[in-house]
Amino acid sequence: MNKSFFYSSAIAAALLASSAVSARDTIEIVGSSTVYPFATVVAERYGRSSGGATPKIEATGSGGGLKLFCSGVGASYPDITNSSRRIKASEFALCQSNGVNDIIEVQIGFDGIVIANANASGAAPLNLSRRELFLALAKQVPGSDGELVDNPYTRWSQINSNLPDSAIEVLGPPPTSGTRDAFAELALEGGCKTFETISALKKSDKQAYKTVCHTVREDGAYIEAGENDNLIVQKLEANPSALGIFGFSFLDQNADKVQGSLIEGVAPTFDSIADKSYPVSRPLYFYVKKAHIGVVPGLQGYLAEFTSEKAWGPEGYLAEKGMIPLPTAERRALAAVVATLTPMSGQEPLK
Amino acid sequence: MTESNPSPHRSAPVDHSATIKASLKRRYRAERRFRWYGRAAIAFGLAAVLVLFVDIISKGHGAFKTTHIAVPIHYDLDSLGIDSINDNQQLALANWDALFKSGMRQLLPEASGRSQRRELYRLISNGAGYDLKDRLQANPQLVGQRERIWLLADDDIDTYFKSLRDGEPYTARVSDQQIAWIDQLYASGDIATRWNRNFFTRGDSREPEQAGIWGAVMGSLFTLVITFALSFPIGVAAAIYLEEFAPRNRFTDFIEININNLAAVPSIIFGLLGLAIFINFFQVPRSIPLLGGLVLTLMTLPTIIITSRAAIKAVPPSIREAALGMGASKHQMVLHHVLPLAMPGMLTGAIIGMAQALGETAPLLMIGMVAFIVDIPGGFSDPATVLPVQIFLWADSPERAFVEKTSAAIMVLLAFLIAMNTTAVWIRKRLERRW
Repeated sequence: MNKSFFYSSAIAAALLASSAVSARDTIEIVGSSTVYPFATVVAERYGRSSGGATPKIEATGSGGGLKLFCSGVGASYPDITNSSRRIKASEFALCQSNGVNDIIEVQIGFDGIVIANANASGAAPLNLSRRELFLALAKQVPGSDGELVDNPYTRWSQINSNLPDSAIEVLGPPPTSGTRDAFAELALEGGCKTFETISALKKSDKQAYKTVCHTVREDGAYIEAGENDNLIVQKLEANPSALGIFGFSFLDQNADKVQGSLIEGVAPTFDSIADKSYPVSRPLYFYVKKAHIGVVPGLQGYLAEFTSEKAWGPEGYLAEKGMIPLPTAERRALAAVVATLTPMSGQEPLK
Repeated sequence: MTESNPSPHRSAPVDHSATIKASLKRRYRAERRFRWYGRAAIAFGLAAVLVLFVDIISKGHGAFKTTHIAVPIHYDLDSLGIDSINDNQQLALANWDALFKSGMRQLLPEASGRSQRRELYRLISNGAGYDLKDRLQANPQLVGQRERIWLLADDDIDTYFKSLRDGEPYTARVSDQQIAWIDQLYASGDIATRWNRNFFTRGDSREPEQAGIWGAVMGSLFTLVITFALSFPIGVAAAIYLEEFAPRNRFTDFIEININNLAAVPSIIFGLLGLAIFINFFQVPRSIPLLGGLVLTLMTLPTIIITSRAAIKAVPPSIREAALGMGASKHQMVLHHVLPLAMPGMLTGAIIGMAQALGETAPLLMIGMVAFIVDIPGGFSDPATVLPVQIFLWADSPERAFVEKTSAAIMVLLAFLIAMNTTAVWIRKRLERRW
């Protein structure tokens, strides 16, 4: 008993000692797992060239990152959060209520979401429209009389006779993923609103419209394959008739195994995503706490590294990792925002 | 039924022996079948292990070697744009890439024009400039000298060069021009795969050719030191009290049930508990080995208490009675006689608990140890990650060259686990006493 008492007081002492060292000199970054592969490259470069501590980056997902970020100001809260969507109005309000008043918003580039299949068989890539994707993957689709019915399609050829006569089988991320949110918003909703009855619904009942357009079928045609995009690539290789949904950088790295389907006739390439002709792409952001600048050493240097041309420019090292850069004018404007540390005004049209 | 009735006839036993013989055969067959079931189960287990090992080793062995290119380097202060190598500020701003860029132009002089040159420089890892900086800082006498030095090739070049031997070269990330250059370098012996020292000396990196396992090894080490230092003494003390001193009543039964239940709780729960107690209440910084060690202590404590109690129970009561009979106090009896005899069993349990903690990622997810950390941790309060987390992060990375790194990291983790379990077996064999 004496012994365990002794050791429990040792733990208490260790805890006290550690809370005394909580003023930190490492930049803490949380947020989106889509931005993670890019932010980590910048962090590593910055760490090596500055000679100081390399920033620490956790992939918590966009929502989880913003929640941590908005919890407060001080050494125990992260300095930067990465996000694969814009901050929501509710999150902005949470930040404000916790004293995180000045937030600097930086858009860093785009990420394309690709729908790919294995190219082992030598088959040509599919040419899909967003309408066909919606018909293939939504839980409810308009039937022959315009009424919503449970999705009856089981083969691609039932949707469009030009598509292959193979079962609809799509591997994609689970609902917790930002990629899934973006896919639902850009691809499914994009196809969904081409139906007049549904786009009319948008005006009358916005909630019902969102449910119809964003709900993915649960009868086995859409297979949740976890957050690991490499796993989806492997599964596509094993199953040539299946399609997979993942980020552009994985297509870029595995061009010998998988090929991206054309969406409305546009192939997912670096250039087509950059000029926005490829319809399923989303913006990537990071958010910085202004109150931490000057307190956590190196924060401003990290921002300067991220917004330098050698990083996020068209010839920069982030482009080489598969991030699609912003147009030149937007990059200049944002670099100025970062240089002057201009926070969000609160007047931005947030969702 | 006939056996129980004594029969008046003499012919009956003959019939009995025939049935017994027949049943004996059947029973022997059943016995043999039963053994074969056992053998099949073992064969299945071994086959699974074999498939795992063959798969991992065949994928991962390539990571222990990496492609290097021999580049002539002239350590020329003018091309670096500095006038002294003793000024740290100048060193930070110097154009280190210029050293290997001019070397590459010398190696392949036919590359001309901006885009060709850029392709040429991409043959070399983008960390090579920093490697040259480190080399020059360590050896200042090299200033003004020339040498031929093996520099890391870029990961795309590495993947392509290694895939050449498999007969199906992976050309998606290299240009035709680069392939021609690699052929030329191969003919002149200036490109080769060499021992990948970086893998064992560096921390994580987003460039596969520069990524190493050492940061995660050190993180695991610091975390396990904390886990062992806390869970072993607490676990043993709790086990001794419960086994030797505590009265048997409803309250101790209740404690016992709870300990057994805790051993079966999914490990993510301990992560959530750690987040609530250590981070939110005690304000321990995220991502540090001290915190990881505390959380893993919570997780391994039940295992250690249960195995320690079993070890104490296995000490024969005669030892205790003899000690008490000789006039020892209860405290002396426990410390001088029971504890030393139970120690091998306790240590075995502790090592198995540690091995379990070494392979754990789920509780660390909640406390920020699943993170990209480049710097090698130097203590208990530096941000760190651990081996299984490193495997998870690499498995999730888009770059092709991380596939073999992932398998190689699994090999390192398995080597640690095997070493720990072997130690546990050795301790048991060496120190255990049987009665």
